[in-house]
Amino acid sequence: MAPRTIVEKIWDLHEIADLGGGQSLLHVDRILLHERMGPALLAGLAQAGRGPANPALVYGVVDHAVETLPGRLERSRGAGANAFVASMRERTAAAGIRLFDLDDPRQGIVHVVSPEQGIALPGCTLVCPDSHTGTVGGIGALAWGIGSTEGEHAVATQTLVRARPRRMRVDFDGRLAPGVGAKDMALALIGRFGAAGGDACAIEFAGEAVRALAVEGRLTLCNMAVEFGAWTGIVAPDDATIDWIAGRPFAPEGAMLDRAAAHWLGLASDDDARWDARRALDCSALAPQVTWGTSPQHAIAIDGAVPDPARATGAAREALERALAYMDLSPGAPILGTRVDAAFIGSCTNSRLPDLRAAAAILRGRKVAPGVKAIAVPGSAQVKRDAEAEGLDRVFREAGFEWRESGCSLCFFAGIDSFGGARRVITSTNRNFEGRQGPGVRSHLASPATVAASAVAGCIADPRALAAG
Amino acid sequence: MEKLVRVEGVAAPLYRPNIDTDLIVPSREITSPGREGYAEKLFAPWRYLGPDRRENPDFVLNRAPFRAAPILIAGENFGCGSSREMAVWALRQFGIRAIVAPSFGEIFRANCLRNGILPAALPAATVAGLAERAQSGSLVLAVDLERREVREAGGPAHPFAVGEREREMMLEGLDDIALTLRRKGDIEAFQARDREARPWIWAGAPD
Ligand code: SF4
Repeated sequence: MAPRTIVEKIWDLHEIADLGGGQSLLHVDRILLHERMGPALLAGLAQAGRGPANPALVYGVVDHAVETLPGRLERSRGAGANAFVASMRERTAAAGIRLFDLDDPRQGIVHVVSPEQGIALPGCTLVCPDSHTGTVGGIGALAWGIGSTEGEHAVATQTLVRARPRRMRVDFDGRLAPGVGAKDMALALIGRFGAAGGDACAIEFAGEAVRALAVEGRLTLCNMAVEFGAWTGIVAPDDATIDWIAGRPFAPEGAMLDRAAAHWLGLASDDDARWDARRALDCSALAPQVTWGTSPQHAIAIDGAVPDPARATGAAREALERALAYMDLSPGAPILGTRVDAAFIGSCTNSRLPDLRAAAAILRGRKVAPGVKAIAVPGSAQVKRDAEAEGLDRVFREAGFEWRESGCSLCFFAGIDSFGGARRVITSTNRNFEGRQGPGVRSHLASPATVAASAVAGCIADPRALAAG
Repeated sequence: MEKLVRVEGVAAPLYRPNIDTDLIVPSREITSPGREGYAEKLFAPWRYLGPDRRENPDFVLNRAPFRAAPILIAGENFGCGSSREMAVWALRQFGIRAIVAPSFGEIFRANCLRNGILPAALPAATVAGLAERAQSGSLVLAVDLERREVREAGGPAHPFAVGEREREMMLEGLDDIALTLRRKGDIEAFQARDREARPWIWAGAPD
């Protein structure tokens, strides 16, 4: 058989029919729904007199528009949010789809929950009406975001029609220095090649630095693939992946796990597999990254300077000028030392246990600077319990962080949670678009360690300085 | 799928790179789980001023003749970001039937096709020229799915690529779920084989 990439192997395993013109009818092993898009999707199906082909392969969560303040179960949330949650309950119940509701110990952000519970598995195909679905590529699943109309097709047929993706391989070579992590790798990649650099490809992330990442770091990296303009991202499963999956509630066990593991390890790209494009990034000299502007491609090293639009021309110059104006920054200024009003640790990018540990390592024995509103939102109820078992909640609280219930929270602004009057936010999330975290809010994307260090300093700060001190 | 063969009319220029779906419909505008009522929400951050939502007279879609333009000319990576289909519902409900840009967000592009909007990708230099000429409000385009080209009234035609299956589905207005369900036999045969080959995928799923 001709050499194949991991994406081709998974594709071939799921192809029900070749529809010609490069299109395949693909089996979809897992469908995840959340309350923001799920109700419209299930309503559309019901209106057409259709239902789920296989409800046992569909899982629902509530995460996007739920309040995260402690005690949320007893209080009523925003009227709009209630409508989404109520509709999600009704629609999933009517369709026979299980729902991890607000009071369920498995509740959390959809892309955190699905690998954590063992719903997403290596080599499976998984879709969700959400653009960060590719996150679970971090365990070797082929997962991608879809719209809700396409979601109707997935739920009604357990299949999707798709063209074979072009394949890109990105090698992260070398070893990361301490204090630098997966988020910095992702931002550096997007900063270097642009927000459309992924060219709608399925990207395999490979190389020494990727192999060395914990599974959670691989999830972070794949989470950002969509910000790179990729169709999705994936990391080949290895022994670390299998250890990570073993024992998770929906994962196979015992002899079945051994059989699955052998299959998963065989999915790695063949040595002589062919790629449509290749990129490489040397990680050995990589510094923590932070964004200065309104696109993830506006990423710079933390000791770097805000660009000067005068050096660009035409539309590029206009875009830089607009971003600088929105962000209220001066051309050429160092980004270090930029004052922040708020700090946020959370989202499907960086809200898993190692993220919280990295932030807590900086916060231990320190205090958030006066006037900075600091919020930590674990990615799932499970992450929250695990963190509390290690006492991380105390570290966050004693430093002056709010410690919240899990959900998407301030990753995006739905009018439920808010930063109060804060304008400039250092954030562990994935999007710094205009208004993403609230009207007029200026977002600087960074790793959890950089967010913690900046919260303490009251301005954008290098976590390596604090870690050493 | 909503049928679409050809769209002809004034083209409105909104030529900025990386316009994301949060800008097309911000999260805070999404207040109910239904599909309706999105026309007023389109580009809300740019279209309105102040809390009383006065129209911003400078915004292109608030000006004649662009208010009624069925075609939008946009910058590269248009519709990147969140997968929210509301962005496409808003464009469609506002009256947009075709978008010409150098490139599109991947999910957004797929959502367009399923909602009666034709996304036509043309070379960056071509789009830049069209955007320039559209400023005056006199650029009339015909975006033709049958011929796979964008034609300037009295001017040149620019070919674009579109998947053959997507093209046919849109030209005929076919129901893609019904088409797939015709292959029920294939799907069930696949699943029966797969239960043997990868039983861990099916554990817990009833037969
Ligand atoms: S955490 Fe943010 S990016 Fe992730 S699913 Fe929620 S809203 Fe989307």
